[in-house]
Formats: sequence, C-alpha cells, structure tokens
Amino acid sequence: MTSIEFRKDLFANERDDTLNEIGKPTIRQDILGHVTGRTPFYDDHLFDGLLHMRAVRSPHHHARIRSLDTAAAERMPGVRRVVKPGDVPNNLNTLLSLIGFGKDDEPLLSGQKVSYKGEPVCAVIADTEAQARAAVAAVRVDWEVLPHVLDVEEALAPGAPSVNPTYPNNTFDYHERYDHQKLRFGDVQAGFAQADHIIEAEYQMSPIEQAPIETCGAIAAPEQNDRYVCHTNTQALFFSLGTTAKLLNLASSRLHFIGGTAGGGFGGKVDSIVEPMAVLGAVLTGRPVKFAWDRPEEMQVGAPRGAERWRIKDGVRRDGRIVAREFTGFFDSGAYTRLSSYAIIKGVGHLPGPYSIPNVAANVYCVFTNRTPATAMRGFGITGVDFSIEVQMDRVAEAVGMNPIDLRILNAYRDGDMKAHRRVAKNTALIECCQVAAGKAGWAISSESTAASSLVGGGEGARGTIPETVTDQEGLIGARRAGRVTDTAPARTGTGRVAAGHAGVAIVAAPPQREDMQIAADRIGHRMGSGPGAVPPPVAPRPSGPVPARPAASAGPVPPRGSITPPPGFAPPQAPPTPPSVPVPYPTYAAPPPAPPQPPAPASAAPYAPDQPFSRGVKRPGASPFLSGTRRR
Amino acid sequence: MAKVPVRFTLNDAEVALFVDPGANLLDVLRRGAGDLTPKHGCGQGTCGACTVRIGGEVHLACLTLAEAAEGQRIETTGGLANGAELHPLQRAFMDGFAAQCGFCTAGMLMAAKTLLDRSPNPSRDEVAEAISGNLCRCTGYEPIIDAILTAAAQMQGRAVG
Amino acid sequence: MQTVETHPTLAGAAAAMRERSRYIAGGTLVMRAMNYGATGIETLLRSGDAALREIRHDSGGIRIGAGVTMAEVIASRELDFLAPVARVIGGPAIRNMATVGGNLFAAHPYGDFTVALLALDAQVIWADGHREGIEPFLAGRSGTRGLVAAVQVPRPATGEFRFHKVSRVKPKGVSVMSIAGWLPMAAGRVGAARLAFGAMGPTPLRAKAAEAALRGVTLDADGIAPAVRVAAEGLAPADDALASAWYRREVAPVHLKRLLLAERRV
Repeated sequence: MTSIEFRKDLFANERDDTLNEIGKPTIRQDILGHVTGRTPFYDDHLFDGLLHMRAVRSPHHHARIRSLDTAAAERMPGVRRVVKPGDVPNNLNTLLSLIGFGKDDEPLLSGQKVSYKGEPVCAVIADTEAQARAAVAAVRVDWEVLPHVLDVEEALAPGAPSVNPTYPNNTFDYHERYDHQKLRFGDVQAGFAQADHIIEAEYQMSPIEQAPIETCGAIAAPEQNDRYVCHTNTQALFFSLGTTAKLLNLASSRLHFIGGTAGGGFGGKVDSIVEPMAVLGAVLTGRPVKFAWDRPEEMQVGAPRGAERWRIKDGVRRDGRIVAREFTGFFDSGAYTRLSSYAIIKGVGHLPGPYSIPNVAANVYCVFTNRTPATAMRGFGITGVDFSIEVQMDRVAEAVGMNPIDLRILNAYRDGDMKAHRRVAKNTALIECCQVAAGKAGWAISSESTAASSLVGGGEGARGTIPETVTDQEGLIGARRAGRVTDTAPARTGTGRVAAGHAGVAIVAAPPQREDMQIAADRIGHRMGSGPGAVPPPVAPRPSGPVPARPAASAGPVPPRGSITPPPGFAPPQAPPTPPSVPVPYPTYAAPPPAPPQPPAPASAAPYAPDQPFSRGVKRPGASPFLSGTRRR
Repeated sequence: MAKVPVRFTLNDAEVALFVDPGANLLDVLRRGAGDLTPKHGCGQGTCGACTVRIGGEVHLACLTLAEAAEGQRIETTGGLANGAELHPLQRAFMDGFAAQCGFCTAGMLMAAKTLLDRSPNPSRDEVAEAISGNLCRCTGYEPIIDAILTAAAQMQGRAVG
Repeated sequence: MQTVETHPTLAGAAAAMRERSRYIAGGTLVMRAMNYGATGIETLLRSGDAALREIRHDSGGIRIGAGVTMAEVIASRELDFLAPVARVIGGPAIRNMATVGGNLFAAHPYGDFTVALLALDAQVIWADGHREGIEPFLAGRSGTRGLVAAVQVPRPATGEFRFHKVSRVKPKGVSVMSIAGWLPMAAGRVGAARLAFGAMGPTPLRAKAAEAALRGVTLDADGIAPAVRVAAEGLAPADDALASAWYRREVAPVHLKRLLLAERRV
C-alpha cells in the first residue's frame, strides 16, 4: 500500500494541526458510482434518434483548399447534413479570448487552408456512425499542398512558411510589441563576467498526448424553450459554454451544458471543440447529435502537451553559487494558439526555478508550426522547463565538482528572497525537501546543508531586493521575419536600465476587485511606486516615442511604427533612455502573473450603451462579451 | 436491412432483442440492453474499457460480433453487486482509491473477477498479468493491484495486511 | 450495413466467399475494421465447424485448427513450445478471442504468432485441403482469396525453439519487433537454423543471412557474432508510431543476440 509520511517536525509553527480532513484517508465521493459502473459519463445519456457527426480532416500538414465537393456525400444513405465552414456563424476564435488574451486565430472548420494534419474542413451528420464514416470518405477536397515547417527554430527563419494567418510571423505577439515574452532581472552579462564557470546546454521535450481512456466527445440536443442541452466530458464546462456561444453566436442563456464527469482528461479536454460542433449539429438538424473523436483522432488531433526546447546558460562561481542564469525557450504551439501563449506566461513567472539567482534573463517564444496545436497538460509551462533546470543543476554540480544536493541547497530560495518575477518568496521548502530526500536515499550531504533552513537567511541583503535591471527592446514583432533580428537569446547589450528597488517599498498590493466585477486594467498585477503604499495613476500610452539606438551589432532598419501599438498603461521604458538612478514607474520586462498580461483597455469615458440584449454577448470595449463571471450592465 | 434477433442472458436476466447485422456487442449491450457499465474507449481492442465476461471468460465487447453472443451467458459489472451488497472487489476498489475517473473501472473489475474465480490466491505478477489488457491513465495501476489482492484475501477469509 | 452468414461447415463458408466477404472468427481484426468504417465488407461469414477448434497430431506434426484461440494454445499440452508465444499476444481478453488463423492475416505490427509459425516452417492447410508452405503463403498474403482450415507445425526438440517479443509496455504491448528461432543442435553446434522477425517488414520475414551465418557455430558470443552482424539483412522495417525503421535496424542485432544467448531481460 502506498504510504504517506507526514513530517510534522518541519514548519511546525506554520501549520494548524487541528484540521479534520487534511492528512487523513478519505473515500472519494464519486467512487460508489465508479465501482458499480453507474457513474454517468456523457455518452451514457441515451437519446432517441441520435445522429452521428464525423469530421473530414486534412491529410496534409499545410495545404490550401482549392475546392470542397460534398455532393456525393450529401446523397449517401442516412446523411442528414454536411456542415461546412460557412455554417459556423462566427468561425474564428482563440480559447483565451474569453479572458481577453490573444487574437482570434482558429476556425472551427477551416475553409481557406489547413495548417496541421487532421485539421477539420467540414463534417457529416448521418443516422449511424458507419454512414457518417462512409460519407466522410466520399467528400472530395482539392488540396494545393503548401510547404510546411515542423521545427520551432526553422519556423522563425525569414523564409519559413507562414503557418497561421493571424500571426504571419509564426510567433505569438506579446504585449502587442515583442515576438517573445521577456524576463529581465539584474544584469546577466555582468553576472557571467563574475563567474568562474559558464555552463550551457540545450534540452528538448517531445509532445505528450494526454490519452484519456474516454476520448473527447459531446452530445447536444434541442431542448424546450429554444435552448440546447449539451452533455460533454469537458474539463472546463463554462469555458466550453462560452466558446460555443461565441463560435455559434448564440446567447449563453440558450445553452444548457451538463458536465462534471470526464473519463480522464489531464488537460486534454479543455479545448472546447467537440461542444460547439455537437451544438452546431443540433442547431442545423433539430436532432440530438453526437460528435466524438475515435481513438486515432484523439491521438492525431487531440491537442497534446506541446514540445519545448530550452537553452540554459549558467554563470557559476567556484563555490557553486549561481550568479547568472539565462534562458532561451521555444514552445511549439502547433498551428494555433490554444493555451501555449498562457503556458509561457506561467513558465516565465516560474523562472529561474526554485533558486535565488541575482541575475536572470529569459526570452521565451510561442512558435507556430504545422503540427497539432498544443494545449494544457498537468503543469504545462512548468514541467518542461523544470526538467531542464534540474538536469542543468546536475551539470553545474559536475562542472564545479560538487555534490548535486549540496549545490541545490546552497542555491535554494528561502523565505524572504526576491524572485525574478518580483514577488517575495514565502513558504519555501526546497531545502527541507532536499534534506529529507537525501536522508531517504542515504545520500550524504555536507554539514552546512544539513544545518540549512528555508526559514533562515532568506531576504538578507541583496537576496531580498530587486536589483538594478538591464533592459532591451530587441525582438519587436515582425523584425525577425524581416531579417533584422537573428539571435533568439536575450540581447547581449542592454539599451536601458531600471533602477533597483526594494520589495517592501516598490511592491504594492493590487486594489481589491471592483464591485461590478468588470476586469479593469488598474487591478491587474502590481505597480511599482516611488514610495511606500503609493499607487501611481495610469500613464497615458506613448504611441510613437523615438526608438532607442540599437547596439551596432544588431542595428537594422527601424520597424514601421504602425505595426506596434503599445497597450494603454504601457510605456516603453527607455524612451528616452532613463538615467540609472531614477525609478521608472512601469517596467515592461515582467508580465504580472497570474493575471493576463494584456489588460483590456479601460472602459471609454462615454457611458456604456448596449446595442443588443445582455445575454447575446455584447461587444464592449475592453471586455470579453463571453466571459463567465463578468457582470455586464 | 433487416435486423436479426439475438438472445442471451445478461447478468442472469434473459435478454432478447433485434440487432443490426454486423453490430458489435458493446453497442448492443449499451443501447439495446441498456447496460451502460461497459465503456467505449477505443473500438479496437486496445484499452479494455468494454471488457465483459462471456461464458465466464473475459472478452472485449467492442470486438465481439453481436450475433456471436447468441445463447451465451454474459456478465458485466452491472451485475457484480448482489443487490445493495457490494462484491468484495468493489469494496476493495472503493477503500483502496483504485479508481479516479472511473472510466476503466467496470472493465477492470471484470478482468479481476475472472482472475479470482480461477486463482483465488494470486501473486502480484498474476494480478498484473490479468489486468494487462485494461488500460488505466489515472492510478498508475498500483492501487488497483493492491485492491485486487485485498479483495482476494478478504474472499479467502484471510486477514488483510 | 452488412449481412452475417453462419455456415455449419468451413467448406460451406469457403464456397460462399465472394469478393466483398470477410470471414470472421474471434473478431479482433474484422470487428476492428468494421468499427472504423470498413467499406467494402458486405458479408461476414462464420462457421461453427468443430474441426476448426481441434489440436491434434498427424503424420507431419501437430495440426492446429484455424479457429484455435491463443488461450487454447496456452492450455494445450501438445503446444507447450508455443505457449510462450501465445502468452505475449494481447491481454487475456484478446487471447480468448484471437485465433491462429486470424493471426496469419494480421498486418504489421501484429501477427507475432505467425512469426513463430514462420520459424517453425509451418504448413498452411486450406479449406479445400491443399497445403502451402508458410513462406510462400506470407509472400502472397495480400492477394489471398480463400479460407485457411488449419496450420501444421513440426514439434521442435526441447530447447530448440526460442521466441522473444520486444515491446515498450510490459506486460502487454505491441511489438517493436518479435524474433523466433528454430535452432536444431547437433554435437553442440547449430544445424539448419531458421530465424524469423516480426514487425520488421510488411509480413513476418526470415533473416536468411543470419540463418546462414549460424550454420555450424556454437551458441556463444563468438560463435554467433557473424549472425548478429547481419541480423537485419533482408528485413524491411518501416516507421510507425512505436519505432522508426532506423531504430528497429539498430536494435535488431541486440535482440537477436539476446535470443541466441538465451539472455533473459524484462
């Protein structure tokens, strides 16, 4: 039997041991249904007259659709309807548009071109699954096969095939400005200069399919009162409902989604594709329609954990202290964004791992390739880079001739340390984990390591402060494809500096959520002020300040300004370059996790006047009309 | 195309129904006979979620021609409990956290019952072999193997260790 | 929608075979194809012929009815040398369903039992009684019409037959490759060996270069070295989701070596 050991000697005074449930065995509340086979999964809801929908999919990685001929399929026995791209009322979406992050980039059914193998171009609804399969085989698509790109760095090259028309440069746009997410903390070049060893390595992860035993599927049926019921195994019920409402331009009040039980998901059931397809089928036929992936579809088009490539460069002192760490990361998003853009925000907030390193820089790219779109899977955004970091730690230990556990304890973050994303570390426990693991494994560690504690020494001196930080503006959207930027690593030379600031002074808690629950720019993330408790007012955008001179090595034509629109509240930090000692109010080098990094524009001054009833999902500046939990009045 | 009659016993109940020629037993059990306990996971004999017992031996319902069930004795997890009284395997799966999402559980229980019918005191390796055709993505199998061994011990009247 | 015909004898089913008919026994191949929308199958033929389930000795060896399941192979005392082969095919449910006859037609990467039959130089016995060597049968398999009634295998001397299946998932996984070897021994040296590989080509294939290199050698590291070197010669592995052709070629010598030296690895 699995046994859990509770180490109540550790952090005893931080814990309340009067808890009634935590730490005690319990029986799952849904287990009786599982062992009797009575748990109702979506497909256990039986409908008379159920129709079956199947998709026609691309056999190519990248191809233009010259024509789609469904005439023969429409005449096949049992076929009720062929669903084409034009049948989707609002046929372009990105999942995170529900929280106002990213541009719509993915059709539900693709009418112009396909960008990955298995991309759906139309669907057949028939009386039986076999009839639907036969009709799918009878659909004729005239493909113009296009060159494809399957490697993240090849996709960044100026001549690479352009995968996703919404992001023609093959990179997601961060902050409407850069082709990557930046993290800058201190001065890594200065750190490398102080180091006795430089350790560089590259790590590559493959995509991983979640492979739930129950494949993704949904059954939708017309309900009374002009509504549609949808039984689905989604892991994100209201996300799926909002996405369906948007794609089908249906009021969310007309959608009755029933979920709650998934036969395994692991992140693979959040992409909200089967739900809008099934509901669309029910809308078009007036009958119950099931749309479910078969096993090969689950493996081929079910979005996996995306592949990642990381290059890590560490500067290490002879004593094992890591003084600088630089990351260059590439997330293979596949053909569309789905959740990869967000995975990077999450991953960059996690860097440089659970270690106190005074100088950190990262450039992380969300790259579009002609592979299956990637999505969520168990800690996505974190697990890949954590693997890389820990293998790197072993390499560092080898380079300096140190016990790898001693090296980790030496560099481990402690309570009070300032992390690279400018939050103070608390409840840290890496040191204690290392000590216990070493003990369990019979691995000898030094007396200093044995005596170390997460509670002692953290935040002392420079450990607790935000250092003066070197910034740059390399990697503007489009510059790489135009050949003006080739290096993907963080710039060697900074073009600006942000003054040092201390945690207690510079970080101010976000104001509480406003009463009407509207997401507002001024309550997202944190602000750096000039004094304790000061929250500076929002700064007006500076649309066209002069671009600071680049170092000669990377000098190139200045990108057209029209292509870059800083969001409101965003100020380019070094225009003109700021003297090092003057605090700059709005640093742009770190996204404010966990909130979305592109705050929607604040509501305009004019009073809001809806032109459609609330429930139809109104357009309002800066607010997603489909956002669950946002009250719109 | 005319439907064809098929009769079999399902968990000791007589079932007679008309099926589409060429239909698989899984569809017939689920939609025809209304026993939703076997699940469709792959339709190709890989996952084992549709495992049922035919004549006391495990079979995959998704790969069984419905007509081949004529006259057979079919058992599913729907018939495993004796009224409100759970089978020891069900009880052990509950107590031992041997199911998370629950989708593989019904098939897993059929494989486990077949093992214990034949080998009341199996080794850990025998248990692993007996459920080797049943995939689980949640548990990592260890709690399932533990639960089957626990149930075996209980059914033998041995103390559970 | 299909029709299903059940014939009392195999001969009756064979006579009813048409262009768009498929014979179904255990269903592990045919029902799978049906579930995935096999067009082109109009009629399913079945037979309750008792001879299909028989295992018996006859003049040329052991005759195994085409309808004998893997579970029945494992349970048979006469076929004890084939039990280790049948045991690694599918899980328990598949072994209760999958038949020897069906395995003859199982496409890559399935058909591990047939790999053993190829190494054992089995005879395929058709419904009309005519016989065909396993090797020409496999070479012409894709264009085959007709029904197989049984296979006949010689009984190898104890220890002369070896089988090794390589899969990534234990205890049940699809073949990265499988290897069967029939190694008749005389005075401590290998006689006319037969080696067959599965999942190393469109059908199970003999490794003839390695067979030739084994003649007259002793089964030790030095003796088998020439055979190991040419293990993949004449094989035609393909890329699939389990392994690349390159990987299969690279590891074939390693696994052949383990088979020949009887190294047990899990």
